[in-house]
Amino acid sequence: MIKKIFVLLTMVGLFAVLYPLISHFEYSENLSELASKYVTGSVEDLKSQNVVTSVIVTYRGLDTLGEVTVLFLATAGIGFLLGKRKGKKRKSSELLQTTSSFLMGLIILFGVYIFTHGHLTPGGGFQGGVIIATAFLLLILTDVNMKINHTILQVVEAFSGAFYVGIGIVGLVLMIGFLNPEIIPLGKFGYLFSAGAIPIIYSLVGLKVGAELTNILDTMRGE
Amino acid sequence: MIFALILGFVLLLIGIYGMLSQRNLIKIVIGFSIADTGVHIIIVAVGYLRNRTAPILDSAVSIKDAVNQVVDPIPSALVLTAIVIGLAVTALMLSFVVELVKKGNSLSIDKYQELKW
Repeated sequence: MIKKIFVLLTMVGLFAVLYPLISHFEYSENLSELASKYVTGSVEDLKSQNVVTSVIVTYRGLDTLGEVTVLFLATAGIGFLLGKRKGKKRKSSELLQTTSSFLMGLIILFGVYIFTHGHLTPGGGFQGGVIIATAFLLLILTDVNMKINHTILQVVEAFSGAFYVGIGIVGLVLMIGFLNPEIIPLGKFGYLFSAGAIPIIYSLVGLKVGAELTNILDTMRGE
Repeated sequence: MIFALILGFVLLLIGIYGMLSQRNLIKIVIGFSIADTGVHIIIVAVGYLRNRTAPILDSAVSIKDAVNQVVDPIPSALVLTAIVIGLAVTALMLSFVVELVKKGNSLSIDKYQELKW
């Protein structure tokens, strides 16, 4: 009983704290100064079509490096908690097996398309990585006993992480700033090879996220 | 977009209420997931500006006047990474649940009193 009262009190308190967010909410008519700077800077300084990508990869690149680290830690935690599990399970039907091996390549290709075009279209490393992981989820659903090569996953993950930091350090060596994409020529606005190192960094993020989420799926399927 | 803001607010409160009131470990994780979604919707709704389009400067937006035609890109960028992190954190919590159930043989949080004060 006393527990319920405490829960109710907490909810009322939270409502009181959060209510002004709605009641005092006003639409701003213009972008804030920082956001306008990002929008114009994305065109003029970075030549990247997708402003969200410029914010994630360049203006707040250090944040993204941190987020990728959080993702890595979560994956490591799951791998630590759930070890190897045994036990054979029934195979799925011929139909599902044929279809999934046919779709597998297409889904991975789509994921790669999403993260290589991150600076041009809605998409990027995080979304592309998740799409690649869904391809492996399909494969695991088809054949539960299938083995995924962990060495390849770890090598992909480690190398993409190391190259990501390496690109940042190259920027420091050239004295233009950590994770600055101008370490290679920026190219022409709106083309695939544009925005300097942004597509490279985002592709590395995509590979890393894809490898990590595949690892999570692989560890969790035994349960 | 005030509706989106209210929706996010309601989802956040439902999620927190679920986390506080449920005794089942899986349901607590579900509550966290709902609250997480609510926060994402609130952040995106705060960055919305009326009659504007997504911050992708293709043929739909004139490059010269882009500042007056696109919504705020910063909240979208924050939410984009938060969604993937939320997924990984939810998976981590579920694996905690699996380990707890293996050790204590119960899904109810009342059975685990080691850290209770």
